[in-house]
Amino acid sequence: MSTTSSLSRRSALGATLGVFGGLALAGAAHASADRARDGHRDHPALAGHDAMPESFDEIYEGRRIQGRPASHGGGSPHGGHHSAGYQVHVDGRELHVMRNADGTWISVVNHYETFANPRAVARAAVVELQGSTLAPFPA
Amino acid sequence: MTVRKNQATLTADEKRRFVDALIELKRSGRYDTFVTTHNEFIMSDTDFGDRVGHRSPSFLPWHRRFLLQFEQALQSIDSSVTLPYWDWTADRTARSSLWAADFLGGTGRSRDSRVMDGAFAFGSGNWPIRVRVDGRGYLRRSLGAGGGLTLPTRAEVDSVLAMPTYDTAPWNSSSDGFRNHLEGWRGVNLHNRVHVWVGGQMATGVSPNDPVFWLHHAFVDKLWADWQALHPDSSYLPRGGTRNVVDLDDTMRPWNDVTPADMLDHTAFYTFDTAA
Ligand SMILES: [Cu+2]
Ligand SMILES: [Cu+2]
Repeated sequence: MSTTSSLSRRSALGATLGVFGGLALAGAAHASADRARDGHRDHPALAGHDAMPESFDEIYEGRRIQGRPASHGGGSPHGGHHSAGYQVHVDGRELHVMRNADGTWISVVNHYETFANPRAVARAAVVELQGSTLAPFPA
Repeated sequence: MTVRKNQATLTADEKRRFVDALIELKRSGRYDTFVTTHNEFIMSDTDFGDRVGHRSPSFLPWHRRFLLQFEQALQSIDSSVTLPYWDWTADRTARSSLWAADFLGGTGRSRDSRVMDGAFAFGSGNWPIRVRVDGRGYLRRSLGAGGGLTLPTRAEVDSVLAMPTYDTAPWNSSSDGFRNHLEGWRGVNLHNRVHVWVGGQMATGVSPNDPVFWLHHAFVDKLWADWQALHPDSSYLPRGGTRNVVDLDDTMRPWNDVTPADMLDHTAFYTFDTAA
C-alpha cells in the first residue's frame, strides 16, 4: 500500500522512530477508507468537477512550475491521497493540490487558504517554500 | 477531572509541565504519529469524495476525538497536564504571552521564518520536524505576516455562533451553516484564517508540527460547546444515509469505534474553565 511507501520515503529523508510510529494509525485510516469505498461510495474522482484548467509551464521566482490535467482522472493508485485530476510540479517534484467545491484550489503547503487556479497555488507554494525542495510525494 | 484552561491564565509551573510533556512526547516518537495522521486526513478529505476530518460535518467531532487522544498521551507523561486553549479573539498579537520564550516561543526570523527562541526552536534540539512536506527540518512561523491578515474578532465569532443550523447540504466546503463558517471555507473565516495567520507549518497539511495547533483546536472545540449552549435545540447534522459523509451514528476513521453522537457532550471528558 502506498502509505507504507510514502512513509518509508519520508523516513529515508532522515526521519526516525516517530514516523514509523505513524504506521499504525495511518494504516488504520486507510483500511477504513477502503472499507468505506466498498460501502456507500461511488467513484468520486471527478464527481462535480468542471472542465480542468489549462496547462501551464513557467519560471516563477527562479523555480520551474508546471501544471496539467491528469490523464485519467488522476487515477494514481495510491491509497488515501485524493487526486484533483490535475497535477502541479515545482522543479519536477509533485505538489499535492486539491480542488474545492467552489472551483478554488489549495495545496499541501497552503492548505487553509484558497487560490483561484492551480497556477496561483503553484506560485504561492514557491513563495512559501523560500527555496526549499518539496519532499517526495507518494506516487 | 480534566479542566481545559485559557492559555493566558496558566501559571509558570503549568506552562513548564505542558512544554515538558510535549517534548517528551516528541522524544518518544509518539508526537509525530499525530502529525502523520492529520496529514493523511487532510490530503484525503475532499469535497467530492469521502471526507471525515475536514470540510465536512465531522470536522468538529473528529478534531474533538483527535485532541482527546493527544491529551491522553500528554497525561500518560504528566497526569496534571491538560490542553489549554488559545482565544485568538483576545490574545491577538505576536506580543501575547503565548509566544514568549517560556511557552511556545515567538515568530520566525524574516530570512527563513525559523523560530529562534523557546523550547521548540530548532537550536534547542528538542523539536526536529520529521513529518514534513519539504526539506526544512526546523519549526517555522510568520505570525501575522500574511499581507495585513488579522485574527478574527469577537464580533466575528459571535456572528458565527449565532447561526442556528449545524451544517447543510452538500456537507462540504461550500456549505452554509455553523460548521463551515467556523471551519472558515465560507464567510468571515475563523479556523482557517488562524492557521494562515500563524504561518509556517501551521499553514500546511502538517500543521500539528507546531504545538499551537492543539491550543487553536482546543478553542475551536470550545466554540462548538459554546454554540451548543446557545442553541440547545440544534444538533449535529446529517442524521443518516448521507453518501461520503459521517452521519450522526456512523463511526469515524481512523478509530472506527467512535461516532459524532459519542462526541457531542464534552463534559463526559473534560470541562472548561468558563461556563460553556
Ligand atoms: Cu485538522
Ligand atoms: Cu485546523
